[in-house]
Parts: sequence; C-alpha cells; structure tokens
Amino acid sequence: MATVAEQWVLVEMVQALYEAPAYHLILEGILILWIIRLLFSKTYKLQERSDLTVKEKEELIEEWQPEPLVPPVSKDHPALNYNIVSGPPSHNIVVNGKECINFASFNFLGLLDNPRLKAAALASLKKYGVGTCGPRGFYGTFDVHLDLEDRLAKFMKTEEAIIYSYGFATIASAIPAYSKRGDIVDKAACFAIQKGLQASRSDIKLFNHNDMDDLQRLLKEQEIEDQKNPRKARVTRRFIVVEGLYMNTGTICPLPELVKLKYRYKARIFLEESLSFGVLGEHGRGVTEHFGIDIDDIDLISANMENSLASIGGFCCGRSFVIDHQRLSGQGYCFSASLPPLLAAAAIEALNIMEENPGIFAVLKEKCKRIHKALQGISGLKVVGESISPAFHLQLEESTGCRERDVKLLQEIVTQCMDRGIALTLARYLEKEEKYLPPPSIRVVVTVEQTEEELEKAATTISKVAQTVLL
Amino acid sequence: MRTEPGGCCCRRPVRANDCVANGEVRNGYVRSSAASAAAAASQIHHVTQNGGLYKRPFNEGFEETPMLVAVLTYVGYGVLTLFGYLRDFLRHWRIEKCHHATEREEQKDFVSLYQDFENFYTRNLYMRIRDNWNRPICSVPGARVDIMERQSHDYNWSFKYTGNVIKDVINMGSYNYLGFARNTGPCQEAAAKVLEEYGVGVCSTRQEIGNLDKHEELEKLVASFLGVEAAMTYGMGFATNSMNIPALVSKGCLILSDELNHASLVLGARLSGATIRVFKHNNMQSLEKLLKDAIVYGQPRTRRPWKKILILVEGIYSMEGSIVRLPEVIALKKKYKAYLYLDEAHSIGALGPTGRGVVDYFGLDPEDVDIMMGTFTKSFGASGGYIGGKKELIDYLRTHSHSAVYATSLSPPVVEQIITSMKCIMGQDGTTLGKECIQQLAENVRYFRRRLKNMGFIIYGNEDSPVVPLMLYMPAKIGAFGREMLKRNIGVVVVGFPATPIIESRARFCLSAAHTKEMLDTALKEIDEVGDLLHLKYSRHRSVPLLDRPFDETTYEETED
Repeated sequence: MATVAEQWVLVEMVQALYEAPAYHLILEGILILWIIRLLFSKTYKLQERSDLTVKEKEELIEEWQPEPLVPPVSKDHPALNYNIVSGPPSHNIVVNGKECINFASFNFLGLLDNPRLKAAALASLKKYGVGTCGPRGFYGTFDVHLDLEDRLAKFMKTEEAIIYSYGFATIASAIPAYSKRGDIVDKAACFAIQKGLQASRSDIKLFNHNDMDDLQRLLKEQEIEDQKNPRKARVTRRFIVVEGLYMNTGTICPLPELVKLKYRYKARIFLEESLSFGVLGEHGRGVTEHFGIDIDDIDLISANMENSLASIGGFCCGRSFVIDHQRLSGQGYCFSASLPPLLAAAAIEALNIMEENPGIFAVLKEKCKRIHKALQGISGLKVVGESISPAFHLQLEESTGCRERDVKLLQEIVTQCMDRGIALTLARYLEKEEKYLPPPSIRVVVTVEQTEEELEKAATTISKVAQTVLL
Repeated sequence: MRTEPGGCCCRRPVRANDCVANGEVRNGYVRSSAASAAAAASQIHHVTQNGGLYKRPFNEGFEETPMLVAVLTYVGYGVLTLFGYLRDFLRHWRIEKCHHATEREEQKDFVSLYQDFENFYTRNLYMRIRDNWNRPICSVPGARVDIMERQSHDYNWSFKYTGNVIKDVINMGSYNYLGFARNTGPCQEAAAKVLEEYGVGVCSTRQEIGNLDKHEELEKLVASFLGVEAAMTYGMGFATNSMNIPALVSKGCLILSDELNHASLVLGARLSGATIRVFKHNNMQSLEKLLKDAIVYGQPRTRRPWKKILILVEGIYSMEGSIVRLPEVIALKKKYKAYLYLDEAHSIGALGPTGRGVVDYFGLDPEDVDIMMGTFTKSFGASGGYIGGKKELIDYLRTHSHSAVYATSLSPPVVEQIITSMKCIMGQDGTTLGKECIQQLAENVRYFRRRLKNMGFIIYGNEDSPVVPLMLYMPAKIGAFGREMLKRNIGVVVVGFPATPIIESRARFCLSAAHTKEMLDTALKEIDEVGDLLHLKYSRHRSVPLLDRPFDETTYEETED
C-alpha cells in the first residue's frame, strides 16, 4: 500500500513540475543554486585563528608573573600590633602591662569571671572533655546542646532555637539558608550580615539607617516591580534584615514600624540581636521585649552568645517552620564541628543567672544613662548612640578631613586613657570591605560591674585626655 | 599487600619506563595501556606514574561501581521518588497526616519561605532514615561513647528520649584521630586551670581587646609545629576558610578548586569574588590543563592576564578517604607560579611520621605550601582553625582577616587544650605519648583497611588515610547499615546524597589512636556480619587509581559579577 501511494505522489510531483510556470522554475533554480553556494562557501571569515604553538604557549607561561600573594603591610599599620591582654579580659584588665578598668569588652552583664559560669563549665569539661570531634550530624550532638537549644527557646519564648559554634557564622549562615533574592537591608548593618547576604547572592537594596520612609520607598518600588511581573513576584521572597541594637551606631531599630511595614508589604523580618540580647527589655529578651512586640511577628532572631552570655557561639530562634530549615541548609551548622560542650554549659548557666536576677538589666540601663550624660559636652568629641545602649561610640566632632589622621587622633586618646587606667578601643573595620564605612570612633562599653565612681572616673579621664589631644 | 616503606614498589619503575617510551616525560601520564597492564599484573596495587616525586609508595584506589549495583541503586531512588510523589499527593488531600511544621495563619499569603519542592527530598527520603544522624551523645567522644536512646512514634518526624543510655558504643564516627578527646589527663587538667583563671569567653575581637597572651603563645607554638614563619588562629574551622580566602584573592584572580573540596572552601571562594574553576578530584592532568589554559588565555572576555592563581586542595578528603597528590601539586604550582592553599582539616596530626600532616607524610618542605590551613577540631580534640605561612602573609591576615576584625577570638580553655595536645604530639611534654599515638593510628589504619578489603567490601581512598569509606550504594542500605551497626553497639556514620554523588552512598569509619585492637576486631566482626546480611561485599578486587577513571575535559566555571 505504502509504495503505491508513494509512487502516486512522485508522479504527481513530476506532473506539477511540468505544469509550473517558467518564472517559477527559474526562481526555484536560483534558490537551489544559492543554497548550494551557501553550503560550500565560507560566508564569514574566521578570526585569524592561528592556534598558539606549543612553544608560544610555553613562552607565555614563562612570561606570566603573578602578583605577590599578599601586598606588603607597612610596619606602622594601625592594626598590625595587637594589644596584648595578660590574664582574663574581665572587669579589671591588664592591657600591654597596664592595669585598667575594662570599658572595651562586651561583657555587659559581667558574667565573664562569674564563679558559677566557671563551675558549670568545669563540670562539663570533666564530663565531656574539650572538643566535640564532629559536626552535629555525626556524633557531635551532645545532650548539653539539646538542653541549651531548649533553654534558649524557652527564654526567648519561641518554638525553637538552633545553636551555632561561632557567633559570626550564625547570621552569615542563616541568611543564605533562606534568601535567594529580593533583600532589603539597613545600610549600617554589621559585617556578618553583609557577608551572609553576599553568600546568599540575593539582590540587595540598602535603605538609609533607621529611615522608615526610605524603607517604605524601596518596598513600594519592589511592589511596582512585582505588579509588572507577577510571575516572578510569586517566587521572590522579600526580607528586611535589621539589627536590634546597631553595633556600628549604637542605635535601636524602630521595630514597631518595621512590623507594620512587614505586614503591609508581605516581607519577612530577620533581626540580628547580638548586642540587644541580654541587654534590652525587662528580662533581657532584646528589642522585641523592649518594644513589647509579639516575638512571633519576627520571622527570625539571631544573636551571639559572645557578649551578654560571655561564652562563645551563636543561636537563631523563631518558629519551628522557619528554624528547622536551617538544620539541613545552614552551612555553618551542618558542616562545622559543634560547639564545645563546656561553652554550651557556660551559656546555660548564664541564662540561669539572667533568669534569677531580672533586676540586672535595669541596673545596666541606669549605668548606661549615667555615663552617657557624663560624656556629653566634651569639646571635640560627640557621643553617638542611644542613651540606653551599653555600647556606643565617640566620634570626632569635626573630622580633620582625612580618615587616617582622624584614626591617629582617636588612637592617641585611647592610648592616653589606657595610661590612666581606662581601657577603651577603637571600633575596627575593614575599610575596603565595608559597604558603608562608619566614621572612625572610639567604642565605649558599659557593664554592670562598673561602679559609679569608675563611671565618673572614665568620663573625666576621657574628657581630660580629649582636651589635651584635640586642643 | 603492604609494601615495605623502604622498599621500592614493583610497579613504579615499569610505569616510569612506559612514560619515557611514550614521550610524555613531563607530566608522565599514560592512561589506557598502563591501566590495563596494571590490572593484569597486580590487582590491588597501584602507584602513580610520577613515581620520582614520591618518597613512599602511594597506594590509592577506587573500585568502579558494578553495573548491576548502579542500575539497582537508580531503581531504588526511582521507587522512592514515586512513593514520595504519591505520599505528597495524599498529604495534599489530607489523607495522610502532615507532621511537618507549617507557616502560621497570618503569613499564609506571604511568598513561601522556601520552595516546597526543595524539601521533597527531606520529606520523603531523608525522613525515612533520619534516626541515623544527629544521634545525641552524653559522654566524651572517645573510643567508646554513650548514646542517648531515642524513639520515634511518628516515622522520624519527632524523637522522644526514653531516658535510657546505650552504653559504651564503639565510636567509629568522631574525628578523634589521635585520641585527644578525653576528660582526664594532662590536657584536661591544664584546660581546667586556665578555665578557672580566665573564664570561658573573651567578649571582644582580636584587633580590639580580645588578644590574650594565651593566643600569642598558641600562635608561636603552631608556627613552630608546622615549621613555618608565623601562624594565626581563629575561633572556628569553617570560618577560617570562609573568612580568609576573601582576604587573599579578589576579582581578577583565579581559584582552581578540587571538585570535592569542603563546603567552607567553596563558600570562601565564592565570597572572594574571584573566578572559580573546578578540576577533577585529585586529577593532576585536569589541574595542569586548567593552569596552562588559564595562563595562556588569561581572563575570559577581557583577555587580561590573571592577577594570581590560587590552588585550593585538602590534605585528606573527608568523604573519599583520599590523600592529595601533594608532590605533584607542588611541582605544578612551581612550574606555573600559582599559589597553593592546603586545607589540612583532617590530615593535621593524623598523617606523617611526626603528625605534621600531609607535608610531613610525603617528606616535603612546608615552605613550598604558601598557605597552610588546618583545624584544631579533629586531632587536637578542641575547636577552631589556623593559617600558617610566611611572615608577610600572616601580617597581612592580622590586618585584613575578617575574623580578626569582626569575630570573637578563641576561648582560653580551648586554647590551652590545643597547646597541651600539640606539645604532646611534639614530644615537648617530656613523654613519647604523642609519638606512640601517631604510630598506633597508622597501624590501626593499615590493619582496618586491609581487613575490610579482604572481606570483600569496596573501600575507597588511600591505604594510609584514617578516613575509611565503605560503599553501600543503595538508599535502603544506608539506613539499614546504620541501624544494624548501632544494634551491635557500634556507632558509624552513613552518608548519602547530597554529600556524595547520588549512587555512591557510603558508610564512613574514622579511625582513632584510642581504638584498641580488640575494639577494631569486634567492629570488624560485626561489620562482616552486617555485610553478609545486607549483601555489601561488592568488591571484585579490581581497584583503579583515580587517574584512570574516565576524564572529560569540560570544566565548570563560576564567576561572581
């Protein structure tokens, strides 16, 4: 059957050829010729593709000189020679051989040399040794870790908490676990957040520090973009990443407004509370408690245990729906050895102390306000930061116009203060890496251990030294 | 099949001759002919062709997956996936109960936090065998470990602790290579003393006011241990990589990275903004081709020469049990003027006659490695990481490392643990304990690997590597192996996709100097039994060195814009 039909088609074709008009045949003929020409001619000239010979390649390899692995560091680089602290970095600290009162370590609650913490850590050391010898997945989960996660979740009144073995890695791992694109971040955000965002490869939009109008503008922009492309919008997650108490400015984020914006524009809030956890709020639960906001309205809270808790490591807490995802997607959680149990035990004991003495937070707040007031009106220096923030900055009132010179002046103040028994430090930044480099400053840290006299002494010393250096 | 360290392996001269005959003197790779000849002459024995560079036999093999096993494994995943879809369908229509956490009502109309599909694997495959991971322990992670018993009444969605403790499980999972994970002895005593004096935290960064005398002491010791000019230490091993690579390379630089490098190296490379090209695992031919092309052709599009080229390799690869071909890497690096970043997370302490890691193992000069990185988590029983190298490098890192500026420094008692354990390895404590541990580990490794191979399991990696992967292949066997071993009081690590290629699921044993011969024999007996039970003895004793595995020239490139 098939062959018959084919024959029929062939006959028909030949017949059609006969019947076709002459111009048609000519045209087709030309077209066929054209196709043949196209097939056999080089229509474009290949670039002078003279492949390199082996010898030439060898010459090229011989010729290539890489840059040195690292550029030389000048001997007088301000950060090259570290201060050396002998002995514990607690309230009384010995820096470079000089005895000082510590106004530089983030030991807000004075727990660093607390005997209870030490006893708890020691008991743990005697039971578990020091290291964990494995990541959480592979026999690196200790009962202490589970206890600590449980305690943190209870303390923060959230469903779940997850601990990391390093404070910096906490937010830096948590962000890329969720965020793929469409982030909106405060400009003054700390470095760990910046790295986390970079690792997530999100589209990042920065809004001016604590400027809610600017944030709203960006959210609106995003909304308009989403309306244009609703398909993309359905998979674009939007996150607002903010700090509770800003490391770089000492200011508090306006959380109530943020929550309002969150629901209006359907964006999630990630809150980094390293400085505010154990500081703000009646029970030290951080900015959510400070503003009386339901903690469930915040999608993710992350903080480190290296400041108030005076241990090492960090944690994230929030709803199980959010947190559980990190157990398989948080890189710093999955691929890193877990927290040494003695540090976890110390953190648990620190939580106990915080729960037993809720008055401690009010004391801290009082001391912050006191020194804040005492430091006002120093000629040449201005205080930057909220009056209830235990870590705030002293900046030059008038910059000399050159960052290096500013840093030198401030460093001189720090050195002279240290000579007079007040340990302070410059706030250090990687100047080339920061997205938004804050002006140079001296960071002052208040702890509950500092007595009224010591606070007074610090204020007068700073003011005296500043006068001699700056005037 | 052990060769005497001093003696010359029979294959080596033959291979070398082959190379010369073929005119490939420079890199000396002969693939097809040599491979078949080798298979015929000796079945397990393999030494690389670049024999001249090696001072000791380098026996590393990877037996090919048997075809039938590969097919069955794929079928296994196929069935699991089909069932997964079916169960997702049932869950969707609320026929099957949903156990996983859900979004709160107020935020249901938000863009979903993560793609539901992302979790398909977790929900339907991982959840079935989740009990094999995150097993909580309640003792020192030493040679024997106590595991908290847990039960699940909802198919592993949640666990309940029964309160019972499974006592004295033989620990084949922790990275306790030299046996320093202990709660008694000189290390613990020293750490306790420092703990009482200093407390646990530091509350500041190295550059600000968290640079303790202890840190300075540690760094001097690390530098002398490694035989380098200077060293710097960091609070977390993972972060050592991810926060320091960006300080060393940037846009316009090229990173050549082994395909099986650890997540931290990959993250560090990505954060740096440099172009990343990946070479085949431990394949020097692939590395050389990339190096040559990189220098000859320069950067893509602009054709400018690369500013610098950094090779990222690990000492021991923790999933393959292979040891980096360091003599060849160093030869290439010198020839092409690249820089070498060596991550010794698993090899420091665990390899080499004096425990100095892979450089020591091959008898090389530490000066030839530009950046020596490693961690204290494993062999030293502590936590944290270090970088060692020339003084200029360390000075630069002290001023530019992200970790020095923004992250809290190491906890003092942890520092003390490192100092005492390192001194013990160096013999500075006046005992030969460290040396004995190193020898014990090396013996354990050889013994354990040889016995497993003889039993007929497919074992990957180098005969000297304390990481011993035993191939399981099929997804169902991952769970079965882990559970059967725990039933027999042995704790093992099992890994599957995505940590390994999809069909190469495996169990992993980490040997320790703390394991006694009796423990190993018990473990081997049980492994043998479970191996028969689960039909795991796949080996046909035809191991091929990685070099002879199929090698395609496509490379994967990644550029950060």
